[in-house]
Amino acid sequence: MPKNKSIKKVLVIGSGPIIIGQAAEFDYAGTQACRELKKEGIEVVLVNSNPATIMTDKNMADKIYIEPLTVETVKKIIEIEKPDSILPNLGGQTGLNLAMELEESGFLKQKKVKLLGTGVEGIRNAEDRQCFKDMMESINEPCIASKVVHTVEDAVEFTKEIGLPVIIRPAYTLGGTGGGIAETMEELEEIAGSGIRMSRVNEILVEKCITGWKEIEYEVMRDSKGNCITICNMENIDPVGVHTGDSIVVAPSQTLSDKEYQMLRTSAIKIISALKIEGGCNVQFALNPTSFEYAVIEVNPRVSRSSALASKATGYPIAKVASKIALGYTLDEIKNEVTGKTYACFEPVLDYVVVKIPKWPFKKFLTASRILGTQMKATGEVMAIAPNLEAGLMKAIRSLEENVEYFYLDKLKDLEKTELEEKLKIVDNERIFVIAEAIRKEISVERIHEITTIDRFFIGIIYKLVKMEKELTLNQMNPKLLEKAKKYGFTDKIIAKLSGKTETEIKRLRSKYGIQANFKMVDTCAAEFEAQTPYYYSSYDDDNEAKNTDAKKVMVLGSGPIRIGQGIEFDYCSVHGVWALKKQGYETIIVNNNPETVSTDFDIADKLYFEPLTPEDVENIVNTEKPYGAIVQFGGQTAIKLTKALSDMGVKIMGTQEVDMDRAEDRKEFDEALNNCGILRPKGSTIYTVGEAKAVANKLGYPVLVRPSYVLGGQGMAIAYDDKEIEEYVNEINTIAQEHPILVDKYILGREVEVDAICDGEDILIPGIMEHLERAGVHSGDSISVYPTQNVEKIHEKKIIEYTEKIAKELNVIGILNIQFIISEGQVYIIEVNPRSSRTVPYISKVTNLPMIDIATNVILGKKLKDLGYGTGLYKKSDYICVKMPVFSFEKIKNADTSLGPEMKSTGEVLGVSKKFENAVLKAFIASGANVSTKGAILITVRDKDKEEMLPIAKKFKNKGFEIYATSGTAKFLKANGVKSTVIEKLWEGKNSIIDLIESGKINFVINTPTKGKEANRDGFKIRRMAVECKIPCFTSLDTVNALYQAIEDDTEEKDLKPVDITKI
Amino acid sequence: MVGYLVLENGEVFEGERIGYSMDTACEVVFNTGMAGYIETFTDPSYAGQGIVMTYPLIGNYGIIPEDTESDRVWAKAIFIHELAEFESNFRTKYNLDKFLRDYKIPGLSNINTRKLTKMLRDAGTMKGYITSNISNMDDIMKKIKEYKVGTVVDEVTSKDIKVYGRGKNKKVALMDYGFKHNIVNSLLKRDCEVTVFPADTPAEKVIAMKPDGIMLSNGPGDPEDCIYQIKNVKKLYSTDIPILGICLGHQLMGLATGAKTAKLKYGHRGPNHPVKDLKEGKVHITSQNHGYYIVEDSVDKKIAEVSHINLNDGTVEGLRYKNKKIFTVQFHPEACPGPEDTAYIFDEFVNMMTN
Repeated sequence: MPKNKSIKKVLVIGSGPIIIGQAAEFDYAGTQACRELKKEGIEVVLVNSNPATIMTDKNMADKIYIEPLTVETVKKIIEIEKPDSILPNLGGQTGLNLAMELEESGFLKQKKVKLLGTGVEGIRNAEDRQCFKDMMESINEPCIASKVVHTVEDAVEFTKEIGLPVIIRPAYTLGGTGGGIAETMEELEEIAGSGIRMSRVNEILVEKCITGWKEIEYEVMRDSKGNCITICNMENIDPVGVHTGDSIVVAPSQTLSDKEYQMLRTSAIKIISALKIEGGCNVQFALNPTSFEYAVIEVNPRVSRSSALASKATGYPIAKVASKIALGYTLDEIKNEVTGKTYACFEPVLDYVVVKIPKWPFKKFLTASRILGTQMKATGEVMAIAPNLEAGLMKAIRSLEENVEYFYLDKLKDLEKTELEEKLKIVDNERIFVIAEAIRKEISVERIHEITTIDRFFIGIIYKLVKMEKELTLNQMNPKLLEKAKKYGFTDKIIAKLSGKTETEIKRLRSKYGIQANFKMVDTCAAEFEAQTPYYYSSYDDDNEAKNTDAKKVMVLGSGPIRIGQGIEFDYCSVHGVWALKKQGYETIIVNNNPETVSTDFDIADKLYFEPLTPEDVENIVNTEKPYGAIVQFGGQTAIKLTKALSDMGVKIMGTQEVDMDRAEDRKEFDEALNNCGILRPKGSTIYTVGEAKAVANKLGYPVLVRPSYVLGGQGMAIAYDDKEIEEYVNEINTIAQEHPILVDKYILGREVEVDAICDGEDILIPGIMEHLERAGVHSGDSISVYPTQNVEKIHEKKIIEYTEKIAKELNVIGILNIQFIISEGQVYIIEVNPRSSRTVPYISKVTNLPMIDIATNVILGKKLKDLGYGTGLYKKSDYICVKMPVFSFEKIKNADTSLGPEMKSTGEVLGVSKKFENAVLKAFIASGANVSTKGAILITVRDKDKEEMLPIAKKFKNKGFEIYATSGTAKFLKANGVKSTVIEKLWEGKNSIIDLIESGKINFVINTPTKGKEANRDGFKIRRMAVECKIPCFTSLDTVNALYQAIEDDTEEKDLKPVDITKI
Repeated sequence: MVGYLVLENGEVFEGERIGYSMDTACEVVFNTGMAGYIETFTDPSYAGQGIVMTYPLIGNYGIIPEDTESDRVWAKAIFIHELAEFESNFRTKYNLDKFLRDYKIPGLSNINTRKLTKMLRDAGTMKGYITSNISNMDDIMKKIKEYKVGTVVDEVTSKDIKVYGRGKNKKVALMDYGFKHNIVNSLLKRDCEVTVFPADTPAEKVIAMKPDGIMLSNGPGDPEDCIYQIKNVKKLYSTDIPILGICLGHQLMGLATGAKTAKLKYGHRGPNHPVKDLKEGKVHITSQNHGYYIVEDSVDKKIAEVSHINLNDGTVEGLRYKNKKIFTVQFHPEACPGPEDTAYIFDEFVNMMTN
């Protein structure tokens, strides 16, 4: 069936802020969808609350609403825009849930809006636990013994029937939020209770636990005519029990014979046919490793994280094809763009192996549990492509940027056999390293399999890698050994380390023996057809398929996996960099390893290299491509880290030079640069030891800011109030290998202001100045940021512009830079200069209408700002106020401390746009999921030094009619100052306890300012965790609470807010 | 031990010998399946050919005897990127290397199978020679030149008549040109008694059995070489017994009724070939293994109509014969290896016998 001509205007719903379980993959899917719809001449209306996305860009859709993803707001947008259809299955669970709610309420019918793609019935049958079970039973597909319940009592009763252990899965939540495996009845009660609370419909599934079975996924597609294909199957190295988002996954499956492969494939096709899926779908199976018994775990009737992975793994553009199917096309009418000859109606075959490893945020959350289970904890992932699994694993592990290049962790090396066997029982993010260490200590593959239930085949691969380490250590280096080591994915650095040589020696030997990396193509068809798509991965086979062209080529280094502090914003910058370069006539090369992103879509750059972002891997590409230059300033710290290596390879660094980047990082040189410009900064010093730190801190006077140099997202950064804390923090930083010194600065309490700017060497252009609502001390990424500034005096603004120009020129910045200022007691200080793109670039570009990356790229290519037509200096202020608000994923990470400080903790962000400041803040709060009721109750428990400041806030809420609960100390203080509150005990049991109050749902939010120290057993910590687990916002900065009060002060509610089409700003 | 594959264009691929150590010439073809090497290697249709597996890791799940499609390995040689060192599957009995040695099949691993595949794709199927010694290239090139796949059907077909599922409902005569076990299994599953006839069985003898239906099996080689078989298929055509042909069986029925066959540049061998059923307008993913095809223009429209086409290159994938209970398909509805999506072909055959 060709395109449905009645579709003319489509509303695309995005997935909102990046949170654990819903990351960049939906920007990738949404962007593909928007481009496809536009290509078909359809008017696209887009709604997404996430301003860091590429899909919310002006060239992606005709109308763009960066608005809260709520039923209320989307209804309003539908009323304004009157689309004829909604595309709901590309915006993750958020988009799908929203569309379902709109449909169920009858609103879509009333407004005559069609749901494109899979029908409502199909979605419900896949999403609703009971409907799904019934459907599976009706088509004879096995499910695991399970029951849907709404109360803990029913959960207990059913478990008594089927026996422990059981898995709890809450309905309609992302990434299995609130789920878990219960081994005991006590655990069951706890997990069932929290699961019911987390579920949108207060519903959980209690399920027989089949931990240890193989976990296999199929990505399938179906069109309206019933044509079905499987794109790819994937096997989790971690058996059932670990969330697939937290599992190491390989594609295609490795341990299934054709009989098992086809059995599950047939089942997947039967299921999507029964559900009448129109588009992409993901089916997860558990397969008994010792029989043909299997069970369907889950079906996602939409594009998912796994479909992004499958798209990148095979070269098959699932989201794009799904969009076409939604428009009415059938698979046999859609061309396979990779070959240009065949059709989308075929099944990709791979002639390589793909490995995905999750990226976890545990380094950010030292108190958090690293145990992996049914609750996903990873923020992102890396993918590697290689001709064999050994190299695939090795490439993936170094792509994680954890300073680990092979399966070896120093801290495990002294463990004895028995200790290792104990450790193997723990399912955490380091298990694969423990396996390698166990093999080193000669624990057998069989024994490791027995303990971990990981398939012998995979343990065998680790065994081969460990054997190779030994060969490198024991044997004389020879061409055969070196070639094999390279084929197994060992870097020169590791070969050098193991063989007692230097990296240069290994490199020389390789050149002598002619062992060089060659690139193979990802072509969807294992070379059966000639491919048009320049999508490459490295191998140590001969025959280089990447052909060097004469064109003037520029390489853009991507930003690797999504992590806290380096998110989707940098992919936005990389992609826009590529587009800008293309516009200027350059051939573009992108290097990246993140399968979730737009940048790794094969039709973004002229050439895509799916490779780790390490010096050696990049050098291989440079040797083949011989690019004219490279741009590193768009890819975050990942790309910046490669600057020196690229220079050493003779690649021209385009834009700001390495020496100047170093001057911004190196304490002494930076001080000098500021001095030259006559700019103030908080006093401080660089130190290496605790002793030095204490001396410096006492000289400066407490509090001081302690941080390692050369990190992103303020990792390891803290404010110390006394010697004891200095000791704690410096030691903490030093547990991570430190090549660079630690910085200790005087902590200045003031207003934080941030600018992104472009400098061409002569002039600067500042799109806008942003002000943080939280005072200095909260990481800029975790602060609410307002553009244009609301509280900055004209004279300070002038200073800020002046300083920006001075320092940009002093540091010879060509391209983009980001500066953090503090204004305190009439003085403007610079606290940080980053000569690279920042996380605010996408948002400020959108709200000011200045395409920052495009301009910066032109400047990098040698153009002058004054010729580009946007003027110089500070750009004109927008009529709209834009409030960027951080979003956290604390509920996913057990025991992570939620208090805000200098170390960044948010995973994503939302934007509120309005002509009125208060309304913009309100929108942002709504978009971030906070409770913005204008009445209710709040719980206050603050440390002594904040009590004074808390008082007016408490009064304001009290006067507004809020009921106030407070812990005894806080209550006493309030009472003494004439504010009545209900005293609540810090006791953890019984009536009138905090736990009881928070669980009761009476509280809108909690105000808790953290006391010193990071120990997890303090009351404050427990209160914060309790709130998070009950989905009640907990504010740890009084400034945030003030902002919330301003937003609700005049009783504005969501229904009063007007959506803003940002293309009209 | 070092081994080589020498191609007729003079290219030499160096690798490591696996399986049985012997030299042999073969026709080199590639298969794109990611799983299913046991079924592939034991498929009689590969007789005379050396198989390049494009998937780079072969042997992962070892050898599972019940998954074989015949009682031996029929391929002449195996060319792979890497042989798995640790095979793993609950049904595994031994490893691939032993399997190859048991059936005296030589192979090479550690060769650049992608480069080899691209060469075969661009130049078309080539003949080649597997050896451990390339000092006398002239001699090797001579051997390659002289090599012919030849009338391999005679080699692969069974020597005696054999009956499976005695007493089941429908009686099917299976002409064995090199049948895969799952053809028999698919019929047994549908309550058929299957009598397997050697390929040189006279048509009269088959007809005399009064079967409810006749299956013309898959098989190796150039269909035009099957002169005797074509003559017999012509006789079967002229009866009114329902007939289903698969792969070579499909081609033989075509040749028997006046159509022509031709050789594909590099064949269709893999589990991912889209085939459009023209009647229902739906596409099915099929398992394929063939080097020859029926030329569409040569099909007499009065005798047969095209029922299926290959979505990639438009070649004929199925014929439905007019005024006859005969239909034939180029792909493999019995799968093994590959998708089971076209198993409905067997249902249609059984229906045809019933009505």
